[in-house]
Amino acid sequence: MPRPGFVLDVDRSTPPILFWRGEGFSLEKLPAGRSRVIYPPEPLDAIKDVDGAIRHALLNPIDQDPLPTLLFPGMKLTIAFDDVSLPLPKMERPDNRQRVIEAVLDLVAEAGVEDVHLIAALGLHRRMHEYELRHALGDRVYDAFHGRGMLYQHDAEDHDNLEVIGTTDHGEVLEINKRAAESDLVIYVNINSVAMDGGWKSITTGLASYRCLSFHHNPETLENTRSLMGHRHHSALHTSVWRLGKVLKDHGPKIFQIETTLNTDMFPKPFGFINKREWEWTAKDRATFLGTTKALKRTPIKLARKIFHGMEGPHQMTSVQAGETEAVHKLTLEHVYKQQLVEVQGQTDILTLGIPFVSPYNPDGVMNPVLVMCMGLGYLFNMYRNKPLVREGGVIIMTHPTYRDFNPVHHPSYIDFFEQVLTDTTNPAEMSRKWEKQYAEDEWYKHLYRTGNAYHGVHPFYAWYWGAHGLQHAGKVIIVGGDAPTVRRLGFTPASTMDDAFEIASDVVGRNATITHLHVPALLVADVQ
Amino acid sequence: MSRLVFSRKPAKFAMARIAGAIMPGAGAHVGPLGLQSDERLPLPTPAWLRLRPRLSGICGSDLSLIDGSASAYFDPLVSYPFTPGHEVVANVINDDGKAGRRVVVVPVLSCVTRGISPVCHACAEGHINLCERIAFGHLQPGLQTGFCTDTGGGWSNEMLAHPTQLVDVPDDLSDEAAVLIEPTACAVHAAARYTGKQTVIIGAGTLGLLTLAAITALHDSTTRHAPIIVTARYAEQKRLAKEFGADIVCTSDELPRHVRSASKSLVFGEQLTCGAPHVIDCVGSSESLQQALQVVAPGGEVQVVGMPSNVSLELTSLWHRETAIRGCYAYTHADFASAIDVVRHHDLGRLVSATYSLKDYTDAIAHAATSGRRGAVKIAFDMRGKN
Repeated sequence: MPRPGFVLDVDRSTPPILFWRGEGFSLEKLPAGRSRVIYPPEPLDAIKDVDGAIRHALLNPIDQDPLPTLLFPGMKLTIAFDDVSLPLPKMERPDNRQRVIEAVLDLVAEAGVEDVHLIAALGLHRRMHEYELRHALGDRVYDAFHGRGMLYQHDAEDHDNLEVIGTTDHGEVLEINKRAAESDLVIYVNINSVAMDGGWKSITTGLASYRCLSFHHNPETLENTRSLMGHRHHSALHTSVWRLGKVLKDHGPKIFQIETTLNTDMFPKPFGFINKREWEWTAKDRATFLGTTKALKRTPIKLARKIFHGMEGPHQMTSVQAGETEAVHKLTLEHVYKQQLVEVQGQTDILTLGIPFVSPYNPDGVMNPVLVMCMGLGYLFNMYRNKPLVREGGVIIMTHPTYRDFNPVHHPSYIDFFEQVLTDTTNPAEMSRKWEKQYAEDEWYKHLYRTGNAYHGVHPFYAWYWGAHGLQHAGKVIIVGGDAPTVRRLGFTPASTMDDAFEIASDVVGRNATITHLHVPALLVADVQ
Repeated sequence: MSRLVFSRKPAKFAMARIAGAIMPGAGAHVGPLGLQSDERLPLPTPAWLRLRPRLSGICGSDLSLIDGSASAYFDPLVSYPFTPGHEVVANVINDDGKAGRRVVVVPVLSCVTRGISPVCHACAEGHINLCERIAFGHLQPGLQTGFCTDTGGGWSNEMLAHPTQLVDVPDDLSDEAAVLIEPTACAVHAAARYTGKQTVIIGAGTLGLLTLAAITALHDSTTRHAPIIVTARYAEQKRLAKEFGADIVCTSDELPRHVRSASKSLVFGEQLTCGAPHVIDCVGSSESLQQALQVVAPGGEVQVVGMPSNVSLELTSLWHRETAIRGCYAYTHADFASAIDVVRHHDLGRLVSATYSLKDYTDAIAHAATSGRRGAVKIAFDMRGKN
């Protein structure tokens, strides 16, 4: 029986706590008597017969007719699926997308449907490499569809292949992939790693145009998104997305939503200590930790990245549900929260976060400084429900090397953003006003997004906006172990050690400030009371 | 009189070249530069005047000579031994031996100063910087005062000048401001080709900063239609570039991305498809010139303001994109008049970061050679006290 998550009050006997530091780790001794550590629940039991569960979901959907009854010869069918940003790290084969899509295609074949297109729902993310598509879909699906031009990636700048579905009562225009818009049925295959994903967000972002995304991916919306992982009505972003979802439901193609949830068994065995509570480490865990960290310190950074990004996590499936989007998503959220929710009493003065080597925007790439901000203030800060873990005006301390390093293939506009925009301003609203249009309309970025493997030119702005609420909420942000000039460029304060960081933080929150460490990964959502 | 003298001593020149390659400015320790006490120089003609230098700056061309890296091109244009120093504010020595008018020197040794009549075509049109008789006439060769054995130079407590070389210094300008007039005149000359379109200035040493200052002082913001992008390596250079009106200040690594972004360019290989119509290279190295060709727009112009030496360039893009590389040497008398305005407009006297006496010349040269790294801009010799 997996144990639930819990909050540890740090005392003198508490061992040092594991922190991620990019492509490495550190053990940090937290002050006794005023620190606490939030541990995620242990991984829930996985579905034993995954293929059986998928087939059951397809044949017994929620608030929707069974999938076979929606399929007919001569129909136009589009299957859209989540891109490489999920899950992290990548999933051991077979990926959930492969299992679900293969099951769907069996039914499609039985129904005699021939006009089937598979579309990677990238939004403004980078196009997936062939090896990533093969990993997500399996070789059989890839080989059957790609060569015939029936498996491709959404292009938010291909204006000939975008279509306006309608407009919300707030003036938000829903513009999505034309093939999907003109289909008799769109099946969306989700991997719901976190509560933020899925529901109407799948199609209204993954298959949307820049114009459509800009209605909710902006500083004002994201500053009022509290939080991304909590109640939907606390999130301005999700409220906007749900309005667009209503337009999609009323005026768009028929949707058949399939969502899958995962447990928190995220790392392969050699890195099993990451998921364990430190006082339960065995001698073998300690030896593995020591060996790993020492080896990583001697490993060139490029090789270390290759090792980490080559990692494949078990990511076992805990649920699969299909049918009407909102009904499906409601059930999905229950499963996500069952795995990730931890009740926490009260806010803290200082929130500490270990930033890992990967975020949703750098699979097989470099965790550049902008993404460090996004991961810390955009994602980990937002892993709460009700109210933020850290009090308003409190301090956020992150650990990461924060090297000034970028992947020029994946993140060309990020480099310019770092050099040009962040030297001008770190204020989301100001950068939006002064710079966003230039980046969004830059022909070179568009070219690289459309033909290469680059994130859209505007994407670094979105990554920065993702942290807008955290930026607004925190009184100070400190990065331990980061390259000092780079950290300062982000508008944050560098510190050499965790003790130094606490010392710096004391200027803002005093000497007896309470400290809370979010022990992620694995993933958890703090339900702050 | 005391003066620093650069002699023709091949062995010492070779040592300076090696030392300078190891540590910039080290050529002053081992090379053919030394402090001497000599008899006064004879006047070339009675029309010439004696000057008592007050301040004399150390220029990049001086440093390249001292470190043995100057081009052999100059050999026929220099006469040995000579006293360096062409950035000079000085007093004219009156007949009674007392200090008279305060002047700056226009150091070009053109036809008139050489007693050549009629003057060459270039001088006749006022382009003394393009004088066709620069190694002839009654003076020994020397492209400027500070490279000619007959005239002496500013790194001394006495030098000679032809009356046509003198520009009176307005009373409101300090000596520090005045010593910046000559390099600023170079910058004014470069800035004359500014068109208001996107412009890149590579390098934010003295010349780069002064070129920027000249552009922004002589062209108000209504005539600047596109960003001026400046590359700078050091923090103080970046600060000054911003202060002098650069729209974008970046490192040389960042330059192609900034130009690409500003010119809405695409990229093939490392070449921008568009770029900046006007690139001013104030460094003059292979790397800076190659980068200039990388970021200049098709049909655009690379203006070479920093003195280049032997460089190696891939010129296919110049051919393919019909770009031009154009030199920019010295100034005219008119440029000096504008330079005074620029110096005053930007209060450029503050760019004199440190002054040294002649006897401390090795320290002065070392400081000048590493000025950017040390947060300095212009280093000068100060002859106002005892030397």
